[in-house]
Amino acid sequence: MHPLSYHRATSVSDAVTESSQPGAALIAGGTSVVDLLKEGSIGPSHLVDISRLALDEIRPADSGADDSGAHSGLDTGVLVGALVSNTALAEHPLIVERYTAVSEAVHSGATQQIRGMASSAGNLLQRTRCPYFRDPDQACNKREPGSGCAAVHGFNRMHAIFGHGYDPSEGVGPTTCIAAHPSDLAVALVAFDALVHVEGPEGARSIPVHELLRLPEGHPEADFTLRPGEVITELALPPFAGRSHYLKVRDRASFAYALVSCAATLEFDDDGRISRARVALGSVAARPWRLPAVEQILVGELPSAELFAAAAARASDGSVAFSMNSYKRPFSRSIVRRILSQTAGLEPLPGPPGTALSASVGGLAGTTRPRDELVGEAS
Amino acid sequence: MPETPPFVLRINGVDRSVAPDPRTTVLDALREQLQLTGTKKGCDHGQCGACTIHVDGEPRLACLTLAVMADGRDIRTIEGLQDADADGDSPADSSAPLHPVQAAFIEHDAFQCGYCTSGQIMSAVACIRQGRTSSSGEIQEFMSGNLCRCAAYPNIIAAIEDVAADQASSPQGGIPAA
Repeated sequence: MHPLSYHRATSVSDAVTESSQPGAALIAGGTSVVDLLKEGSIGPSHLVDISRLALDEIRPADSGADDSGAHSGLDTGVLVGALVSNTALAEHPLIVERYTAVSEAVHSGATQQIRGMASSAGNLLQRTRCPYFRDPDQACNKREPGSGCAAVHGFNRMHAIFGHGYDPSEGVGPTTCIAAHPSDLAVALVAFDALVHVEGPEGARSIPVHELLRLPEGHPEADFTLRPGEVITELALPPFAGRSHYLKVRDRASFAYALVSCAATLEFDDDGRISRARVALGSVAARPWRLPAVEQILVGELPSAELFAAAAARASDGSVAFSMNSYKRPFSRSIVRRILSQTAGLEPLPGPPGTALSASVGGLAGTTRPRDELVGEAS
Repeated sequence: MPETPPFVLRINGVDRSVAPDPRTTVLDALREQLQLTGTKKGCDHGQCGACTIHVDGEPRLACLTLAVMADGRDIRTIEGLQDADADGDSPADSSAPLHPVQAAFIEHDAFQCGYCTSGQIMSAVACIRQGRTSSSGEIQEFMSGNLCRCAAYPNIIAAIEDVAADQASSPQGGIPAA
């Protein structure tokens, strides 16, 4: 066992300095890092504990000089400290009311113990749950560059269908990786065009969440675009005045990673037409997978079942599936149709907005509804 | 690497000295160093909930909590739950009456082999204290991180509903912080 030193950061700049060292890893809630340490999937030589830094506030962003007032009273965004627990994020009134999909996404992930421990930034920075990444005896280009990818011809039911770049005619190479990113929160944040604010050795900058996570593209070992020593200090949610929703299909009703998930955010003009749409799938790529072709069909249109069916038909365009995960293609189309219909109010939500019951397809959401309602739905 | 001195964890109201290995989890410190074996190691990966404890009154997984990160926190284990009602900061006292949730688990046969039980009880106390008991579905969702291979789930939910109902009808109300 190689040596591991521990440092409790006293400030963000101290964390930046300490984590700039080679072999350093940040730890906050610990739910992800401690598990990776035990598995031997990561082997840092220096742990930088940032859990006591004062980055645990949720507050409205300043409205600023360029406030146009276009968002009818919701004219400022919301800033979420990097160390706000997943539970505190999901239950904050500003998040539940304005960014409902964020609450639903977080509530649908993990368990109350883990959500209470895990930080908001840490949720984004979790590593893939690919079983071959998690097992040091298996070939994995992400864990050990150049060693191969056991998933392509292995148990790939949970893996990516988008953005992996795998070409069957070329076979498995030294940079092949078909892992999917497991975060529910990241998918919801991408649908809000959220950013992360980071501090680093070169100063501060902002990164769209969509660009914080990266596709393998020749370097599967790099999951994120953070530079050495960069520390996420805040998540920034831009102003939003529409309706949003998160839906998750999983193997059991609670405490399971998504097979496929989806976040949708819709804003409407005064005539009820969709003025802005963001739709992102989860668990289908190494980062949340935006669907611009779907979004384009929606903008300028009035919500209708026909519109949503036409848009959803494009949700699996460009996908390349593997031996065990071709089901993700029809799942993608179905979940997009259903989330659009629920978000626009054409179909009822499965549970109260902002809760895990609302985000769940089937499972608990079904069992907790009145039986006569379920019978009516089936007929 | 500089030598780090032992540090102190406050467990059930008592300060205990723990070896400073950064890899040691609270779970291993409790079981291997402090002989507090009421907190169980099931999966050791945050997947079963058997090691659920309270840190500053909130349910946490001891297997995913590094001991070095927990100094200065108020750690409460199943051994310290009995007298938590009287004084959340008091040392464990095995002669104290059972915590209402412990009593309800016995009353409702809410376990068989018992290995998950201390974690179930620690989560159940938090479930009731946080008021997540409006329906059996809400209880199920809150308790979904505590697996029971004997499948005593209906009995566990009944025990929680029972204590929650008692609490709602009691003039004093409330389960104090454990």
